Amino acid sequence: MTRPRTDLLLELADDELILGWRDSEWTGIAPFLEEDVAFSSIAQNEIGHARALYELAARDLGTDADVLAFDRRPEEYCCAPLVQAGLVGDWAGTIARHFLYEAADAVRIEALKASPDAELAGIAAKIDREETYHRLHAEMWELRLRDEPRFRAAFEVRWPLALGVLAPDLRPRLAERVGREEVEPVERSTPGTEFEALWNEMTMVRRSAPTGAQW
Amino acid sequence: MSDARTAEFLEFVQAGGQVETDDWLPEEYRKRLIKFIEMHGNSELMGVLPERDWILRAPTLQRKLALTAKIQDEVGHCQLIYRVVEDLGKPRAQCLDDLISGKSKFHNVFHYPTRSWGDVGVIAWLVDAAAIISQKALLKCSYAPYARVMKKVCWEESFHILHGRDTVLAMVTGTPEQFELVQEAVTRWWEPLMHFHGTPIPADEDPMLHWRIKSQGNEEARQQFLDGYVPQILELGLELPDPNLRKNEGGLWEYTEPDWEKLTAVVTGHGPASQERLAFRRLSRADVDWVSRVMLPEAA
Amino acid sequence: MIYEVFRQERKGQPFVHGGSFHAPDQAFADAYAREFYARRQESVALWVVPREQIVEIDEFPDEFDLKYRRVDGYSIKARLAIARERAGSATSPGTDGG
Repeated sequence: MTRPRTDLLLELADDELILGWRDSEWTGIAPFLEEDVAFSSIAQNEIGHARALYELAARDLGTDADVLAFDRRPEEYCCAPLVQAGLVGDWAGTIARHFLYEAADAVRIEALKASPDAELAGIAAKIDREETYHRLHAEMWELRLRDEPRFRAAFEVRWPLALGVLAPDLRPRLAERVGREEVEPVERSTPGTEFEALWNEMTMVRRSAPTGAQW
Repeated sequence: MSDARTAEFLEFVQAGGQVETDDWLPEEYRKRLIKFIEMHGNSELMGVLPERDWILRAPTLQRKLALTAKIQDEVGHCQLIYRVVEDLGKPRAQCLDDLISGKSKFHNVFHYPTRSWGDVGVIAWLVDAAAIISQKALLKCSYAPYARVMKKVCWEESFHILHGRDTVLAMVTGTPEQFELVQEAVTRWWEPLMHFHGTPIPADEDPMLHWRIKSQGNEEARQQFLDGYVPQILELGLELPDPNLRKNEGGLWEYTEPDWEKLTAVVTGHGPASQERLAFRRLSRADVDWVSRVMLPEAA
Repeated sequence: MIYEVFRQERKGQPFVHGGSFHAPDQAFADAYAREFYARRQESVALWVVPREQIVEIDEFPDEFDLKYRRVDGYSIKARLAIARERAGSATSPGTDGG
């Protein structure tokens, strides 16, 4: 790996942060109460992972996790297109994204666990222990919804986005994992307007006081 | 026959006895239980909405996690409480239908909008403090399954108050603008907080006390709230919008009589955010109705 | 389907009833039990059981004095005193059984 490790950490952390932020939108309005509680934990875990990853990056960069999570300009975030869309109300889309993201993340984390960088490998192993439950959750939902037409459609739309979560060398493993042919992936790029709207909302309280204010 | 049985039941619960789901329950008792516990469940569910608006806007990762966890707890409480109602004979789908159609009620404080991050702190601190006083008094409820659920609810709520107080403390020790956000929120929420424990009906006229569903009168609960929290509010340099608020020589709090007609109006769906909140619930239920039908046909 | 959850707070302690919830199947029930009864590490183990599998029995007739099965069915004090007297080993009170 020749990229600086902070690039890699920020990419991962941004994915986890934004997915966690999006998933947290379901808190209080999920399809039924038991699932509401379960899905909220998943959202919290994703944000917890983002925090741990930002902390590691922040140490290299001489800053702190909150600054990395909130105080960058929208165009400085490098989260994958898969995690950016707001899907409140669309449970089929949410579960399709959840399933595909967990599968992609499993491939990515597996690779990171083998990293020669002990800190990276260590954090990957820790994340993996929690993600095991997310994968179980995603898989049992996929099993129940896979014959629902709206779930099939939501899955098709997101397959190229899921491939784009991973570096090119890892994509075949994802295709194998979910039993699909590789297609033209949707690559990471400067975040679009939907992300900007989210960024505006997620930073609005924080931006209302001068930089460095305590909340 | 049934009257003697009812009298015996009443004597049992008034002496501190607790009953279970499968025990014989007088019809009036069952009806009152369902209505009361259902409204509590409704309140937990509707209580999610004022704070949910701010989940996306939490200003640090720590606050984001704590706020999400708090709202998650409330959804969990709704689940626990609706289960009690279900075992008493009213299915959850029916509770949800009656809630979104406006047929059943939810607590006054959840009919108000949340205007700033200051409100988020004040709700978690003071609204939850007021709620925990009522809920602690339910630990002795004559209906044991409800009392047991309250044990878990109270345990989880204690973290909410700390999260709220900490959020408020961060702001009152911050910039003047941050302090002002808290002051505005306290001023805004004072009337709903004074309404929270209900009209001061005498204990011997309160059917909820009669059946030992509740163990504490409304005014007693309000006094306990004022006693515990007015000093905590004032010590931060915050002001309360009631010039008549004072503790008298007898140790009781005096205050300007709240507008009780307004409370009635608010809980019957005429609060500033009542209709918007119900409409939002209707919409979100419609969006995911198909999932419930696929996954949980019996409970939707 | 309704599932009942029993939780163990610490190793070595008995499992106590925690509560119940709806779940589509056992896999979901397991996941939900984890969320509802252990998300704050408040349990070390859970039993997750479909409610319909639980049998409640709450009638235990005792028409013909079954106390001989319990400790309160025995009063040995008087006989013990006589026995000790005969043996000449009567001691200060409070050392015998009830």
